[in-house]
Amino acid sequence: MTEGINRRALFLKLARGAAGAVVGGSVWAAWVRKGQAAAVTVLRPPGALAEAQFQAACIKCGQCVTACPYAVLRLGDLHGDVPVGTPTFTPRDAPCELCPDLPCVVACPTGALAADLKTPEAARMGVAVLDGHSCLAFNGLRCEACYRACPLIDDALTLRYRHQGRTGVHAFFEPVVNPDTCTGCGQCERACPTDVASIKVFPPGLTQGVLGAHYRLGWTHDAPVTQRFEQGPAPAPVDTGQAAPGLDYLNAGGRP
Amino acid sequence: MPSPTDPIRRASRTGAQATDPQTAHPQTTARTAGADMHTNRRDFLKASAAAAAATAAGLTVSGDLAAQAATGEQGWQWDKGVCRFCGTGCGIMIATHDGRVVATKGDPEAPVNRGLNCIKGYFNAKILYGADRLTQPLLRKKNGKFDKRGAFEPVSWDEAFDEMAVQFKRHYTEKGPHGVAVFGSGQYTIQEGYAASKLMKAGFRSNNIDPNARHCMASAVGAFIQTFGIDEPAGNYEDMEHTDLVLLWGANMAEMHPILWSRITDRRLTADHVRIVNLTTYRNRCSDLADSEIIFKPQTDLAIMNYLLREIIERDAVNWPFVSKHCVFATGARYTGYGLGQVDKGFPAERDILRKEIKKKLSEDEAIALGLGADDDRLVEMVHRTTPKAHWLIEFETFKQGVAPYTLDFVAQLAKGDPDEPLEAFKAKLVALADLVCEPSRRMVSYWTMGFNQHQRGVWVNEQAYALHLLLGKQSQPGSGAFSLTGQPSACGTAREVGTFCHRLPADMVVANPKHRAKCETLWKLPGKTLNPKVGAHTVKMLRDLEAGSIGFLWCQVANLFHDSANADHWYAAARDMDNFIVVSDVYPTVSGRVADLILPAAMIHEKWGAYGNAERRTQHWRQQTAPPGDAIGDVWHTMEFAKRFTLAECWKAHAVPGLKADGFPQDGLPDVLAEAKKMGYRPEQTLYEVLFANDFIKQYKWPDPIAQGHANHVVEKMGVGFFPEKGLWEEYRQFGMGNGHDLADFDTYHRVRGLRWPVIDGKETPWRFNEAYDPYVPKGAGFAFYGKALKQIPTGDLLGVTDPTKRDIGPRAKIFFRPYMEPVEMPDSAYPFWLCTGRVLEHWHTGTMTRRVPELHRAVPSAEIFMHPDDAQRAGLKRGDLAWVESRRGKVRARIQTNGRNRMPKGMIFVPFFDEDVLINKVTLDATDPISKETDFKKCAVKVYPA
Repeated sequence: MTEGINRRALFLKLARGAAGAVVGGSVWAAWVRKGQAAAVTVLRPPGALAEAQFQAACIKCGQCVTACPYAVLRLGDLHGDVPVGTPTFTPRDAPCELCPDLPCVVACPTGALAADLKTPEAARMGVAVLDGHSCLAFNGLRCEACYRACPLIDDALTLRYRHQGRTGVHAFFEPVVNPDTCTGCGQCERACPTDVASIKVFPPGLTQGVLGAHYRLGWTHDAPVTQRFEQGPAPAPVDTGQAAPGLDYLNAGGRP
Repeated sequence: MPSPTDPIRRASRTGAQATDPQTAHPQTTARTAGADMHTNRRDFLKASAAAAAATAAGLTVSGDLAAQAATGEQGWQWDKGVCRFCGTGCGIMIATHDGRVVATKGDPEAPVNRGLNCIKGYFNAKILYGADRLTQPLLRKKNGKFDKRGAFEPVSWDEAFDEMAVQFKRHYTEKGPHGVAVFGSGQYTIQEGYAASKLMKAGFRSNNIDPNARHCMASAVGAFIQTFGIDEPAGNYEDMEHTDLVLLWGANMAEMHPILWSRITDRRLTADHVRIVNLTTYRNRCSDLADSEIIFKPQTDLAIMNYLLREIIERDAVNWPFVSKHCVFATGARYTGYGLGQVDKGFPAERDILRKEIKKKLSEDEAIALGLGADDDRLVEMVHRTTPKAHWLIEFETFKQGVAPYTLDFVAQLAKGDPDEPLEAFKAKLVALADLVCEPSRRMVSYWTMGFNQHQRGVWVNEQAYALHLLLGKQSQPGSGAFSLTGQPSACGTAREVGTFCHRLPADMVVANPKHRAKCETLWKLPGKTLNPKVGAHTVKMLRDLEAGSIGFLWCQVANLFHDSANADHWYAAARDMDNFIVVSDVYPTVSGRVADLILPAAMIHEKWGAYGNAERRTQHWRQQTAPPGDAIGDVWHTMEFAKRFTLAECWKAHAVPGLKADGFPQDGLPDVLAEAKKMGYRPEQTLYEVLFANDFIKQYKWPDPIAQGHANHVVEKMGVGFFPEKGLWEEYRQFGMGNGHDLADFDTYHRVRGLRWPVIDGKETPWRFNEAYDPYVPKGAGFAFYGKALKQIPTGDLLGVTDPTKRDIGPRAKIFFRPYMEPVEMPDSAYPFWLCTGRVLEHWHTGTMTRRVPELHRAVPSAEIFMHPDDAQRAGLKRGDLAWVESRRGKVRARIQTNGRNRMPKGMIFVPFFDEDVLINKVTLDATDPISKETDFKKCAVKVYPA
């Protein structure tokens, strides 16, 4: 913790330019270039813009770090994958506490942390991903520490109950993440008691799939038969001057 | 069934001595008969088929992984053990290597958990190895000698015991046998509790030994004895697989009994008709699965019970064939006080509440609940404060009259606990509950733990649960029964069965009964009148006596008295400011250690031989797996070693015991029994150790013993003796229960099985007591027999008192009690507007002594929070994460506000767990107790909350 604070203090000074003059502009530029190359798995504070826009907007002033009342946020340094001088947090050590008044967002002078974020529950810092192979609960133990640690319990993390065939008389209590409401705060990752956390937070989009736009899950969309059907526009006329589609194949000659 | 490549199965086979398939599941369905046998067999077959299917579906580990795991595990030795935490009694397998516990796993052969554990059980291997494990005796010293104002310094065991003996003798001589005390535990091994109890009762002739189980299930005991005449549940955990309706009464089983909740969950998942009703004062994790959640106001469980009892009668759902043959109706004293201390000892702010112990004005609700007329005086004296246990027979019509005021309208307005819930919705839930309960063919279980037991009318509300089940004839049958869960691993096995209470002796006997004392004196080979007939100080009285100066020596074993006792600021002052000597035997530094004068390092569970008894009467033994670190030694040795410093001449002479009054005893004193002792062959200079522990009976059990199979015994090694104290103590102890319904098997048997549920007769356990089909103590043809012997001769009366003092023998019948609703002594008001409830969380065990040393558990739940409704928080100028004070008339603590999370509070109530020594919520709680059981009510007092 002490080390973290000291390091934070150092980079605060760097960012504010007090020490920047001492170390010299060329070194600083090198640090920044190093930073821009990395950052695929870096977690950002609540309200952060998409990574590219965030990096463009963040002026590395460190004010969000100063504002964080739990000392959760820190600035990227020379070691590690976080672009130098930009804010991040490590949920396993210190997850975001989802402060109701969002002090880090309020402190951001550039909108890199978007001021239109009104509640911490609306933040999308990342999404928790669970490894069912090492998760105690998926193995039938009564753990679910992540579920009880979730600030959005029964919403972002729910339990799925299943009969457990192995013992015949017990149930599985499987934690299930809802990516639509998960804030990515990482409270679950800290709470996980396995040696390496079996539930981890990754930045938005990194681990999620996207369902085809042409399909809706049958049970998720209320779709009554439309009673007064409105006809769409007539199809555009076909240009008969062009060769009819498919003729090249049909007229290829020989036998298939 | 299991794949040969499954490492879990293979590992268990390497502990071959413990996994003989012939003995692994000895009598799961042994003594079944008639129709129930089909039920059992069918369910068993279903379970087996499901297990086979699961294996086939690929729930095994691949061969490569198994081989990889085995390489790293060469030289590991596995043996069976028991989980250290709650009263569920999960079996575990323990692996040792190079003298350390390297791993544990759920024991697949254990009937309770079948290979599973909860998050605490998962860490059994790590609790031994916290960084600040105590390894040397520590004594407060200044200038090289003991000083109450000194700082702790490491000392030798000899110096520790020498100073301890000097201090003990000083107070023992000045104040007599009741000037010294031992605070024990439901986490004692059976042998530790038995040894401590024997030393106190037979050696020092003091009944001042009481366990933390007093804080935990004393109310359950009181109700068992008053209702059935014998302690502990009739049913067992298999009820969960048979039942159709589960009622949770203030029991957050989802967190506090995780593995049992897993069984209930499975029953709900696999049988559509099963219903679960969660009756609770705030939303907990059980509500996630429950079919109905009934949030009630603290203490109004008494009224909800009476509503149900009334409905059963109104709807003609009474099971008369059962009731008329096996039950009687009863009621008892009502103005029994609240177990509070003296007004003049109270802080100024708490005196208004303390005064209610003597006299209080009944509220409108109470007047209705007690059936008072308009002219009856509402200002009542607590006239039954000293006789709260008094009870008598009543007619059924009187019982009916008692429950008559508890109409739906009255109970709903009284009991609705969530201000935001519409009254009609709450009423509908109560009616639906009554509908379920009254279905004649619906098997029904009720579970409760601290919600009922830590209750100012705890015995009453326990008795109402039995009344509910007895009136319906839904008791002592597979799938039907009222079942009091225990919180601690050996609350039943040690505290209750051994009787480490200030009024008890082994096997349900009590110190006040001359026949019971005589039996114990015979089995313990003591001169007549050695045992003290005066009930000693219960836990709360121990603390109050410490404050008053009448107890000068206190020894806490296997528990954390000063962390887990209510109104704690009083006791910190008493421990540090009075002239007394506090000894704490423990494994890590605790709050109790901080206020102690001497700390003795103890061994942990897997470092010693021992046995526990779980909530379903299952006794489970284990071997020592590894040696304790440094100078730490098991508690059984602490007790025996201390006994070496006392001679019979010092202890069996005449003593003053103020208040002692019993037939054949001098007033206010114990007689000299040395002359009688001499006739029995004892010599006055013999030590208590020689007479009580190294006697001929115990010494016949030799060490080494083949049952050890190479396992060591550090107690024997330390003592350099040739006998096996843990085995000898067990064999001596089990004589107390033989032939009287408490039969236990011999020591070696328990090392071959996964526990047995007593009474164990002809090697067979008893799954359901009082039922002819399962319990050999029930006479043939009787069907049922509630054969417990205690309190079976009682007078007759009406709702207000005894009308005919002639005592009638009710025989093998259970009592159906009418108990009225009465308010708790302290309720929220304008100055202290919130109810405060305290309790546990799944991740931590009690005061966190062990679980907070496990980094993973500490990380999962690092500190106690104040669970509060968000609107209440907002009105108090608080939001989630803010620091706030919680303050009562007694004290205050600071913690962070949590408005989300696992517990959702109704407006007007907060919850603060007690595991965190940085949030000592027991400075705030109220030390009111149930007047019968003397168990503290930790679940309700009044507080205010404001920004820190």
